[in-house]
Amino acid sequence: MARARDESSPLFAGNAAGTLRLIVYLALAMALMVLDQRNGWLWRLRYTAAAVVEPIYRLAGLPAVGIRTVSVAFADRQRLTEQNQRLREDLLLANAKLNRMAAVAEQNLRLKQLLDTQHSLKLNVQLARVVGVDLGAYRYRMTLNLGARDGVKPGQPVIDAHGVIGQVKEVLPNTSIVMLITDPEHAIPVVIERSGLRTVAYGSREGDRLSLPDLPLAADVRVGDKLLTSGLGGRFPPGFPVGEIRDVAPADTGMFLVAHASVAADIDRSADVLLLHDQAEPDGPPPPVVPMGPPSNLAPGAAPVSASSPAKRPATASHGGVQP
Amino acid sequence: MNRQSLGRWLFAGTLIFALMSMLVPLPGILEPFKPYWPALVLLYWTLEAEDRVSLGLAFSVGLGADLINGIVLGEQALRLCALVFIALRFRSRLRFFPMWQQSLAVLALLLNDRFLLLVVRMLAGASLPPPTWWAAPFVGAALWPFMFLLLDDLRARLRVQ
Repeated sequence: MARARDESSPLFAGNAAGTLRLIVYLALAMALMVLDQRNGWLWRLRYTAAAVVEPIYRLAGLPAVGIRTVSVAFADRQRLTEQNQRLREDLLLANAKLNRMAAVAEQNLRLKQLLDTQHSLKLNVQLARVVGVDLGAYRYRMTLNLGARDGVKPGQPVIDAHGVIGQVKEVLPNTSIVMLITDPEHAIPVVIERSGLRTVAYGSREGDRLSLPDLPLAADVRVGDKLLTSGLGGRFPPGFPVGEIRDVAPADTGMFLVAHASVAADIDRSADVLLLHDQAEPDGPPPPVVPMGPPSNLAPGAAPVSASSPAKRPATASHGGVQP
Repeated sequence: MNRQSLGRWLFAGTLIFALMSMLVPLPGILEPFKPYWPALVLLYWTLEAEDRVSLGLAFSVGLGADLINGIVLGEQALRLCALVFIALRFRSRLRFFPMWQQSLAVLALLLNDRFLLLVVRMLAGASLPPPTWWAAPFVGAALWPFMFLLLDDLRARLRVQ
């Protein structure tokens, strides 16, 4: 017995069978990696195993939720009162702005209809919560609590109140993974607000920075210039803030200018984000034109309609301001 | 019989807990220092209960880890297989090391694991990670004695193998 034990588990040298098994397993793992790289099995497998994977994500996200709850529960009264006050002021200000924007958006809509363009300013959005899960140190990803069952599709832009966050990369039935614009593998077509120069902003590895590596030497780019989405490529709708130029310098090769930009959106702070849906293509005949009648203040039903119109279109209003 | 099933539950529980801890987000500054929990837990069981841990188990734990937070299927399976293989081979010696020497051995294993990961990622075309990326093995090795004693104590209390 003791002898058999010695043979199966020697003190210093291994046996050939163990090494052989290692080689088989390593080869298997390599083959899996290569095949996965080629075919993207991992996500299909994850989708199939969603019943197991999703609860794990939610469970792992619980500590983050717990910390937030605890911080609210233990925040002292004064800080809450202050915060409440500040939020009230912000709300008032935002409402005032919103009303103004609503008026502008209405006017814009009318003018566009007049021009017979078929674009509508109405944004079709969906509110999503961020699930606090760490998806590996290398990639710049974010997990949302909406998935295929809520109508989320890969490629949908994700924004917050301040700007573009990224786009949906992978969709599970009840969860989706967002690729941030700061991902080194991500590129977003942008336009510089001041000069109208079109270029592409890539993610970079230095945290929350964007890099614009291929600006022409003669390009008119300054620190502080705002970047907006240009709408080229058709993935991101035009006119959303992306970032602000922080530094501009000639590239090492001397053939281009390289600029770095900070990100407009609160990428690592926002707990709620908006998913943009494709703007539905208007099909069928245009809606009948409202016949011109007497002035609206004479019409009996006109007053309530005009009073409720800003409230009916908050999404239009809040994003109307960034449309060019 | 009951003790045996309790032991099995403890074994599976620690592995699942390790997989979950990998997902828990940390504040941005601490992020690179997060130790590779599945490796630590597998190492513990390799040293303490050799009959439970095999290359096949390491492979399946790695596949599970890839499924829930991997980038390429098979990456962590490869790493954990290599780790467990080395640990199994030197198990008889590692077990009788004093704690500080054991921690150093764990550090070497974890550094080797990071190196393997680097090779895999470079082959897949990723760029070179920042220097802080190499801090995680040191944190793992520093936590090793505590984790070892904690799990030993837990096993002693539950009186399971």
